[in-house]
Amino acid sequence: MSTATKSLKKQNHVFSDIDHQLKVLHHGIKDQNLDSFSSKLSETNLFPLIPTNLDIFQINMGKMCNQVCSHCHVDAGPDRKEIMSKETLQLCLDAIAKSEIKTVDLTGGAPEMNPHFRWFVEEAYKLDCKVIVRCNLTIIVANKKYFDLPEFYKENEVEIVSSLPHYSSKKTDSQRGDGVFDRSIRALKMLNEVGYGMEGTGLTLNLVYNPSGAFLPPSQAGLEKQFKRKLKKDFDVEFNSLFAITNIPISRYLDYLVASENFEGYMEKLVNAYNPVAAEGVMCRNTISVGWDGYLYDCDFNQMLELKVAVSDKKRQHVKDFDSQTLMDRKIIVNEHCFGCTAGSGSSCGGEIT
Amino acid sequence: MKTYYNPEDLKKFGKIGEFQKELADKFFSYYGEVFKEGALTEREKSLIALAVSHAIQCPYCIDAYSVDTLEKGCDEEEMMEAVHVAAAIRGGASLVHGVQMMNKVKEVSM
Repeated sequence: MSTATKSLKKQNHVFSDIDHQLKVLHHGIKDQNLDSFSSKLSETNLFPLIPTNLDIFQINMGKMCNQVCSHCHVDAGPDRKEIMSKETLQLCLDAIAKSEIKTVDLTGGAPEMNPHFRWFVEEAYKLDCKVIVRCNLTIIVANKKYFDLPEFYKENEVEIVSSLPHYSSKKTDSQRGDGVFDRSIRALKMLNEVGYGMEGTGLTLNLVYNPSGAFLPPSQAGLEKQFKRKLKKDFDVEFNSLFAITNIPISRYLDYLVASENFEGYMEKLVNAYNPVAAEGVMCRNTISVGWDGYLYDCDFNQMLELKVAVSDKKRQHVKDFDSQTLMDRKIIVNEHCFGCTAGSGSSCGGEIT
Repeated sequence: MKTYYNPEDLKKFGKIGEFQKELADKFFSYYGEVFKEGALTEREKSLIALAVSHAIQCPYCIDAYSVDTLEKGCDEEEMMEAVHVAAAIRGGASLVHGVQMMNKVKEVSM
C-alpha cells in the first residue's frame, strides 16, 4: 500500500463516485459466479437481516482528519470539510436521552477535530453513557491544543480505541503515512502516563489491527500476545485488548484492491470465508450509525455508501426524528461489501465477532 | 502464453478427487488435521510450510503460504528468515557431501 496526500474526493477520483463503487462490487461477485451476500444470508436463514437491540449509538463527527490512510473507508483527510454541527450533536444527545442507549461511539475522521468534540463528550458523560472515542493517536501530538487530550479522556472515563496496524514502523507507515508509527508511539506513551492501558486503573485503551494488504486478519488472541510482547519490549507501551478487523472493500481500500489487481481474489476469499455464526452477530444488528449531517445508517460502511436506514417513514431517517421502535422494525440494508464483516471469525468495530 | 504452472490451477486443487475421490478425501482430511493447532501453533506450522515450499520449490505452495503466513500474523522478516532456513538446509545438504568428496580424494591420492 502507498499513502496519498489528498482524498479521493479532492482528486475527483472515479472511486469517490458511490455508484461506481457499488457497480464494481456487484461485478466482483457476479463475474466470478460467486453467491451474493443476500443469498448467503438466505441460505443460512438470516435474510432479511434485522436488528436485535439498539445498544450502540455511533456518531461520525466529520470526515476531517490529520491523516490520509490508504485503506480509509471514510476517504477522510485534511481536505474534507464535512463536520457535524453543534445543532446536530444536540439532536444526537436528545435521541440518546430518550432511548435506552448506554454506549456512544465517536468516530470520524479524527473526531477530536470537530470544534464541539469536548463539549459533546462531557454532555454524553452526563447522560451516564460510556463514551468510546476512535482516536487515531497522532492527533494527540499533532498540535499543542490536543496535548491534554489524555487528561480530558481520563476525566470523562472515555474508552480509547486506536488503530495501530502493526508493531513495526514500516508496516504501519505504509498504511497510515510516513512518520505515523513514531507519533503513535509517542501518543501511546502519553496515554499510558495518565493510566490508560495500565492494570488496575480502569482506563481502557484498545488497539486495532487491520491487514496492510489484500489478506485477512490473523486470529485476534494470538496476535494480541505478539503485539503486547513487542510493544512492551521495544517501546515500553501497554494496552488492554487488540481488535483484529477485516478491511472492508469500499472507498480507498477498494481502489487499492482494484489498482493492485487483488480485487477478484479478495472478494473470492471473503465469500469463501463467509461464516454464518459471524453473520448472526454483525454489529449493524445492535448499532445505529449517524452521519455528519444527522442521517441514520445501519453502520459506518453503509454511511459511506450513502445507504440510509430503510424505514418506511423517510423523515425517520434523520436523527431529529429519531425513534427507537421504528429503527428496531427496519430491515438492515446489505450489499456485497458486507462479506467483510462475516469472513472467518467475523469483524466489527470491537474486533472478532465469534 | 502456455506454461506448465498456472496460478489459477491452485484453486482447483480440491478437484483432484474427480479422478480418485477416496484417496483425495483422505489426503485433505489429513492435511486439515496437520495444520490445526497442536504442540505447534498454526502460526509456527505456516512458517514451516513456507520454508518447505521453498525447499521443494513449489510455486503453488509459495503463493498459498506467503498469504497464509501473513494471515497468521507473521511479518516479512520472519518469513524471509524461514526461507533462509530452507536455503541453509538445501545449501548444507550440498556442502555436507563435500566430506564424501574429500574422503574419495584422500582415498585415491598419495
